[in-house]
Amino acid sequence: MTATSGGAGSPHLHQPASVALVMRQVLMAIIPMLVVMFYCYGPGVILQWLWALLVAHACEALLLRWRGLPLQPHLSDGSAAVTATIFALAMPPWAPWWLTVMGLVFALALVKHAYGGLGHNLFNPAMAGYVFLLLCFPVAMKAWAPIDAGHTAPGWIESLIRFVGGAPSPVDGYSGATVLEYTRTQLRAMKMMSEIGSQPIYGLLGDRNAQWVNVAAFVGGLWLLRIGVIRWQIPAALLSALFIIATVFHLADGDRYAPPLLHLFSGATMLGAFFVATDPVSAPGTQRGRLLFGIAVGLLIYLIRTFGNYPDGVAFAVLIMNGAAPFIERHTQPRILGARS
Amino acid sequence: MTLPQHAWGGGVRVPRHKNLSNTGASRVPPLPARLIYPLRSHIGTAARPIIKPGDRVLRGQCLAQPDTYVSQALHAATSGVVRDIGDFPVAPGDITATCIVIEVDGEGRSVDPWPPLSADADGDAIQRRLVEAGVIGMGGAGFPSHVKVREGLTRTVQTLIINGVECEPYITCDDRLMREHATGIVAGARWLKRAVNAGECFIAVEEDMPEALAALQSHAGEDVTVGSVPAIYPAGGEKQLIKMLTGREVPSKGLPIQAGVLMHNVATAQAVYQAVVEGRPLMSRYVTVTGSVQQPGNWQALLGTPVSHLLQQSGWGGYGKQQVIMGGPMMGMALSHLEVPVTKVTNCLLVQEAARVSMMSMPCIRCGECLRVCPVQLNARALYEYARAGDLDAAQDLHLFDCIECGACAYVCPSHIPLVSYYRQAKAGIAATERRQQTAAENRRRYERHEQRLAADQTAPETAESASPAGTMDKEAMRAEITAAVERVRAKRAANEPPDPTNGGESGAA
Ligand code: SF4
Ligand code: SF4
Repeated sequence: MTATSGGAGSPHLHQPASVALVMRQVLMAIIPMLVVMFYCYGPGVILQWLWALLVAHACEALLLRWRGLPLQPHLSDGSAAVTATIFALAMPPWAPWWLTVMGLVFALALVKHAYGGLGHNLFNPAMAGYVFLLLCFPVAMKAWAPIDAGHTAPGWIESLIRFVGGAPSPVDGYSGATVLEYTRTQLRAMKMMSEIGSQPIYGLLGDRNAQWVNVAAFVGGLWLLRIGVIRWQIPAALLSALFIIATVFHLADGDRYAPPLLHLFSGATMLGAFFVATDPVSAPGTQRGRLLFGIAVGLLIYLIRTFGNYPDGVAFAVLIMNGAAPFIERHTQPRILGARS
Repeated sequence: MTLPQHAWGGGVRVPRHKNLSNTGASRVPPLPARLIYPLRSHIGTAARPIIKPGDRVLRGQCLAQPDTYVSQALHAATSGVVRDIGDFPVAPGDITATCIVIEVDGEGRSVDPWPPLSADADGDAIQRRLVEAGVIGMGGAGFPSHVKVREGLTRTVQTLIINGVECEPYITCDDRLMREHATGIVAGARWLKRAVNAGECFIAVEEDMPEALAALQSHAGEDVTVGSVPAIYPAGGEKQLIKMLTGREVPSKGLPIQAGVLMHNVATAQAVYQAVVEGRPLMSRYVTVTGSVQQPGNWQALLGTPVSHLLQQSGWGGYGKQQVIMGGPMMGMALSHLEVPVTKVTNCLLVQEAARVSMMSMPCIRCGECLRVCPVQLNARALYEYARAGDLDAAQDLHLFDCIECGACAYVCPSHIPLVSYYRQAKAGIAATERRQQTAAENRRRYERHEQRLAADQTAPETAESASPAGTMDKEAMRAEITAAVERVRAKRAANEPPDPTNGGESGAA
């Protein structure tokens, strides 16, 4: 009678989770958002996404090769796909192809692998890549929705032309501002919320288009919560903080400060709350730390949107707090069972 | 009456796999050809044999006696001839240790039982009986029960907890024992309660053991409260259960008695009953054999029975790709040798596909799941990072030694990192350093004493050594012996670890 010893220590039982599975589930949760964006902004969304996937995997493969790591299982761990997808969703749908290449190379090479690869990056790669483009190519990064409701989304051919760089100029009918940017410029021009609030760009909750994207992200996020891929602390803290500070300002002066729902359902709020700020690698791991982190990101989003130079503050807010995450974690260690006080 | 329930942090729900083995009554296996008794138990120092090879022994006859405080008596579980006293493989660690081997003669002749203790026997008398009967904790740690009783005699015991919370998956030996021997368990609990004059006595089982609960409850009363706790792993952990039932916490590196608690396993309670009332030493125990065997179930196994015997009886032929785990899947150890004997702490033999356990690990994605489930609220991820980087001081500052090695963290880790192996190795590394330092300090002291003696010899030759007289063991010495015993177990476990838990997946991520 013989038995081979597995050579592994206890435990000898493992739950079915794996890195690849977690990443797959995150991707699945993003799909509703992708569909809604396709519906609102046209085929540019899909082109961006597929292109980003291709670029990210090629880049990841090269970097792994360079670092002397095997492609299996690292390339198929799904982390590059998640970074690429979140990055693509943050990009304006009519950004030219080379913008995506620059952003992703920056994200993967400098933000992820230079720090040691999966699990070692201090900042969220997708957001870092996005902010890098925002700082270096501010005009090209504005290629968002048409401002007047008369326009419909462009077709495949036109999207493709813009994608390969055929129509770089942002000052035509398709390029324009999101509702956040519009509100900001109008309010700074001393218009009042009650005047501009009736423009067709506004929808029921927020941006006419982006509100549905946000709803889709919210639904996907709830599913992730349900299956335990993300935990409630960060999204709950972030959204509550954003809601509360927006409510306070709006109640104090409703004409100068946008209503709270506009903040919750415009821009990248829900994407940020459920898919970006929850990125475990760059957020604190302790429960209390996550609450603090979420609150800080929520407040920063509001402050940057309202008083800062950029219409949307999600990426900046997350990156700033990424930098503080190790510190927060160190100072929010729970009391251990039986600790002598 | 129900049990109090205070919250404890962390824990994880694991698939139970209990009805694989707990549906049928326990069985008595045929006598094995030989019985093997390691002189040293899981914890404590080796017992001293009082028989020699060639001697005929009877069932219940004492084979070896404890010489020290933390040690145990051993008794023959059936009649036979002492074949050998020598080195044989034992678990844990499959290392060899000195064992008494008895060749079973099949006649089953027995010594007379001791007379039962009188109903008004005091704590000291009960303690002496437990030493004589070799009763030790049967829940896993194997701590001699008389040591706990002694602690209870010298300090106030608010709560006596009888632990029937068998929280590891697959294991059902306590479950079956509670269903079949509830009388003995509750009676044993009453004896223990009286011995230490405990304020209250709780018997706790898990919520999915309704039969065991009902069986115990029919014997409970005013003085003994039986109830169930949620089936969250590791609810049966000593510190977790104490926190849950009393709201009090055992201090870090402390003993339960410091929280006013004594805890015994249900099987121990029954062994106490057998020793005190039936006058029999501890000679057998329930062992679950489960997993990929043809007839999973529970055996009333004689102590000393080779593991292979129970596996054969359960219809397992021994297949190359399978491994046998002694203990449960969360904290048990894979055996590399199947002739090791069942001891007083062997609760389960689990046969598993070996392939399932060797998973390639990925880099840590800092998901924080290990922190969330840790029942001690340790920062398991930071501990892992320090252990891996060899920064043992930092790991110690993060309370490495409070880790109970429950495996909850590694169970949930999506990157399949063998976290517990890292912790064990780090602990062993620290222990080794400490031992070196102690030896150095000891040598220095010895040298200084030597110098002093030389100096003293020249002045006053009659100065007596000021050491405390041996024989009466003071509290300090007992503590020291207990600590040393715990140390040894730790070292033993670490020795069984694979030498380097890192593998290909991680090596390049510098
Ligand atoms: S569970 Fe594993 S991957 Fe997650 S933080 Fe802990 S060690 Fe890292
Ligand atoms: S093995 Fe240690 S670190 Fe991991 S969960 Fe258990 S007590 Fe916490």
